[in-house]
Amino acid sequence: METPLTPYLPIALVLLIAGGMAVIIPFFTGLLGPKSVNPVKSSTFEGGNIVVGSTRQRFAVKFYVVALLFIVFDVEAVFLYPWAVNFKALGWFGYATMLVFASTLVVALIYIWKKGALSWES
Amino acid sequence: MSIEQVLFYVFAVAIVASASAVVFLRNPVGSAMSLVACFFFLAGVYVLLWAHTIAALQVLVYAGAIMVLFLFVIMLLSLTDTGPLVQLTPSRAAGALAAVAVFSALIVALKKLPDVAPGWTADPSQVARFGTIQYLGEVLYTKWLFPFEAVSLLLLVAIVGAVVVAKPRI
Amino acid sequence: MNELIHGGLYGGMIVGVLMTTTAMALWFERKFAARMQSRLGPTMVGPSGLLQPFADVVKLLQKEDIVPFQADRVLFNLAPPLGAIAAISVAAVIPFSADIIAADLDVGVLYLLAIGALGVLPVFIAGWGSNNKFALLGGMRALAQSVSYEVPLVLAALVPVILTGSMKLSAIVEFQATHHWLVVWPFFLGVPAFIIFMLAMLAEANRIPFDIPEAESELVAGITTEYTGIKFALFYMAEYVHTLVASAVGAALFLGGWDGPFAPGLGWMVAKTLALFGFVYWLRWTLLRFRSDQLMALCWRYLVPAGVVLVAASAVWVVWVG
Repeated sequence: METPLTPYLPIALVLLIAGGMAVIIPFFTGLLGPKSVNPVKSSTFEGGNIVVGSTRQRFAVKFYVVALLFIVFDVEAVFLYPWAVNFKALGWFGYATMLVFASTLVVALIYIWKKGALSWES
Repeated sequence: MSIEQVLFYVFAVAIVASASAVVFLRNPVGSAMSLVACFFFLAGVYVLLWAHTIAALQVLVYAGAIMVLFLFVIMLLSLTDTGPLVQLTPSRAAGALAAVAVFSALIVALKKLPDVAPGWTADPSQVARFGTIQYLGEVLYTKWLFPFEAVSLLLLVAIVGAVVVAKPRI
Repeated sequence: MNELIHGGLYGGMIVGVLMTTTAMALWFERKFAARMQSRLGPTMVGPSGLLQPFADVVKLLQKEDIVPFQADRVLFNLAPPLGAIAAISVAAVIPFSADIIAADLDVGVLYLLAIGALGVLPVFIAGWGSNNKFALLGGMRALAQSVSYEVPLVLAALVPVILTGSMKLSAIVEFQATHHWLVVWPFFLGVPAFIIFMLAMLAEANRIPFDIPEAESELVAGITTEYTGIKFALFYMAEYVHTLVASAVGAALFLGGWDGPFAPGLGWMVAKTLALFGFVYWLRWTLLRFRSDQLMALCWRYLVPAGVVLVAASAVWVVWVG
């Protein structure tokens, strides 16, 4: 019988097999490998020096801006996919609707470019 | 019970469990990863509803894109796992009350829903077509054209907002 | 029941073939790099060192598994297996020949983009879980790079979808078999889209020239700094599998997949995939690493606008020509 699951069964099995393998291999290393814990070996590596300060420090806001830009363009691209599949049926009308949609986002791209949000170095 | 029903309950329990982990884990990145797991199980429920496209988009947009934003926000705020887990303040108590109220309202609304959605059909060929990307495109670019175009304005506002908020810093 | 056998068979096959190919690719890369630098490379284990990767795995299995005191144990241990799973599971939708395909999804292109994009999350949690400054910097860079290159990747993958009118990978290859390969005709759309797609895929797989997350000259070993033995190898393997899968997807979307004269489809698909894979090595041993800011500039200032123009041009082409 055709169910919504039929095409996903192989994917579930690939996940299962890959997952099983990825869990078993590190397990073997626990059996085979030596275990000798000492404070120097298990300390965090920082170029051989004693660790200074905390790792948990605040990162620049530019990462956040990049992520937000990405979401906006990702959502745009996601809307393009159903459009691309139906494109031949929609024809020039479809082209016009997407042009309106995309031109707004091109405006956005120009805006952030001019504002300098794309310059990573500063 | 059919295999779909069994899977539905598996996914439902997993969604509730991972969503609770998001709230109760003390490690912010651990919470974020639980949220990814939650999105995955939700995608599984979408597949059970024949909504293949929504399932793929759920993973692509939420688990892929939104989560990265969350992670960057965690790094920006430098959240740590120190401090008490729950500190009861008046605003938090009010928040909890509001959450309970919304949840009860949702339960009441769910009870009032008809058992069968309007326009639902048992015809297998129609059901299989319902969640496909072709069908989604057909209705999105004809029947729901205006909301679709409005989304672009919303995205524009989001970009301008992000740049304005972050401008002194970039 | 039938589906279960089919799925299990192809699932096992995909994982098995990917593992073996990855091992062989390791050998190939070492030989290839050695020849480019007038060295011999591995020669001792097996004929021309062919069994070297297996010896390496046995060696790595016997290494001590060190977890730093400061690390977040759960995330630290979870990251390498998750990375490997994410890389392998993309392969489930690749059409190896007309009838060798594990899951021919209706939303195949979206599936591989979605799962491919998730591959960066384990990299980040490895960086964060290690609680090491170098690792965390590597993880942050990986996230920023991956999300940026996701945009041109999604746009470039849209070109074949527009030109063929389907998101099923089997249908895209079928279309190229009955018409032309997309890099042949219309080449002015196919070739740029193919180049953008491969560049973005390399960036997602963190391959040189895009291996900023583990830039060893500045970040020690990036996200893998604190990892030892087989867990380090799992990351390494995930990177190779990701590159291999990227080559296969590129071959299916743009180079006609299993289509070709005289030889069976599987042979053509494998040949095209390996040719692309070899090209990636060639790039790796030829080019230098980008700087972080150059990487972001390349993406947002050139690849994204180019992708938008390509998508618009493909749409015009389809409406006009058919």
